[in-house]
Amino acid sequence: MLNEIIRNIVRFAILVGIQVLVIKNIELGRFINPFIYVLFIIGLPFETPKWLLLFSGFAMGITIDLFYDTAGMHAAACVFIAYLRPGLLKLFSPRDGYEFGTQPTIQYLGIPWFLSYSGILILLHHLILFYIEVFRFSEFFSTFFRVIVSSVFTVLLVVISQYLFHRKKAQE
Amino acid sequence: MRNLITFIWKHYFFFLFLSIEVLCIYLIVQNNYFQKASFVNSSNKVSANILKTSADVEEYFFLKSENEKLAKENAELRSRSLVSFSLLENNQYFVNDTAFRQKYSYINSKVVNNSTNRRNNYLTLDKGSKQGIKNNMAVITSTGVVGQIKDVSENFCTVMSLLNSKTTISSKIKKDGSYGPLTWEGENFAFATLHDIPTHVKLTKGDTIVTSAYSLTFPENILIGTVESFERKSGEYFYTVKVKLSTEFKKLSHVYVVTNMMKKEQEELENRSETDK
Repeated sequence: MLNEIIRNIVRFAILVGIQVLVIKNIELGRFINPFIYVLFIIGLPFETPKWLLLFSGFAMGITIDLFYDTAGMHAAACVFIAYLRPGLLKLFSPRDGYEFGTQPTIQYLGIPWFLSYSGILILLHHLILFYIEVFRFSEFFSTFFRVIVSSVFTVLLVVISQYLFHRKKAQE
Repeated sequence: MRNLITFIWKHYFFFLFLSIEVLCIYLIVQNNYFQKASFVNSSNKVSANILKTSADVEEYFFLKSENEKLAKENAELRSRSLVSFSLLENNQYFVNDTAFRQKYSYINSKVVNNSTNRRNNYLTLDKGSKQGIKNNMAVITSTGVVGQIKDVSENFCTVMSLLNSKTTISSKIKKDGSYGPLTWEGENFAFATLHDIPTHVKLTKGDTIVTSAYSLTFPENILIGTVESFERKSGEYFYTVKVKLSTEFKKLSHVYVVTNMMKKEQEELENRSETDK
């Protein structure tokens, strides 16, 4: 249990570091802003209490807000997907439920499951974030395009990072 | 009452979610009021220091081109200076002259954080209230306009870049003085849009756009950019001009913060006339 908490705090720090020091400085064209830090909420263990889910989502969002100068926008989007996560997990759960001690990763549940689960959460996160940022309807379609392209990139990065960091566990 | 408590307890997840979202929205709305100092931004100590270290490392990669640019500017300034400058604290230069009264003073500053690819872009500078920076001051660089100070902490400040949906700069066409508001449409960081130029003005591609004298913040005749193209939308009696910005927002490293020393006087006078109406 304690082990799990420490593991997730480390994950938090690493993801904030990657997002703020690396991805923020990479320019992939005007329409693409991937936000890989969402992986923190996606990858929290199944047993995480619901209230803790909301608070860790808020903590993650507000930390990113500090660096992006966006006061509350990332937090709002993060808390929203943290709220939807339990329902989504229930919707996608295998017939016998999730095995104890497993985590929501590709290694345990396979690519199709992970893609649909993370894809929906990332798309919702980006939708809310980008529309709060723009906050007007006149740029509806260009914003929508940004949402779609950025989401695809985030999903891509998330899947790649899963293969990079969790490979060993699958071999055990 | 007891029923209510059991109801809330049963759905605590939803109510907790709702209250955190309300807190987030409160933060967003607070931050949206221009000039309102808010806590969650990159001029706060921890994040500003991390970003500063990151910018310090990054700066080494551009030392050569930055040096060349500074040397060029030094040479230009040296060739222009007729009066002797007296160096005071904080790198601000004041000039004593009996015929002219100094209206603007400049504080040089380094950019420690910058973005160009979002709809609302901000910069962070490494000077703050200790160095005499206040809200709403203009920020320029040797090649043109950059933006306006938004928040100030002790040693840092954030700048609302020209590349921001909330920025409007009063600008004019240098050759004949017709003026209009300049905004950024979020499409491309190299171009901005100048509105409300009357159709009798003979525009040509390459005309210079500079800041107008009607701004309390920006000095007059600071370069903004050049005319790229212009069109008259159907049903309008004005040109909408696409302006190629002269400032390269991707390469910003050293900027100047401009203090208008007569701003308060002018503002007070104008307010007095407003209330008389």
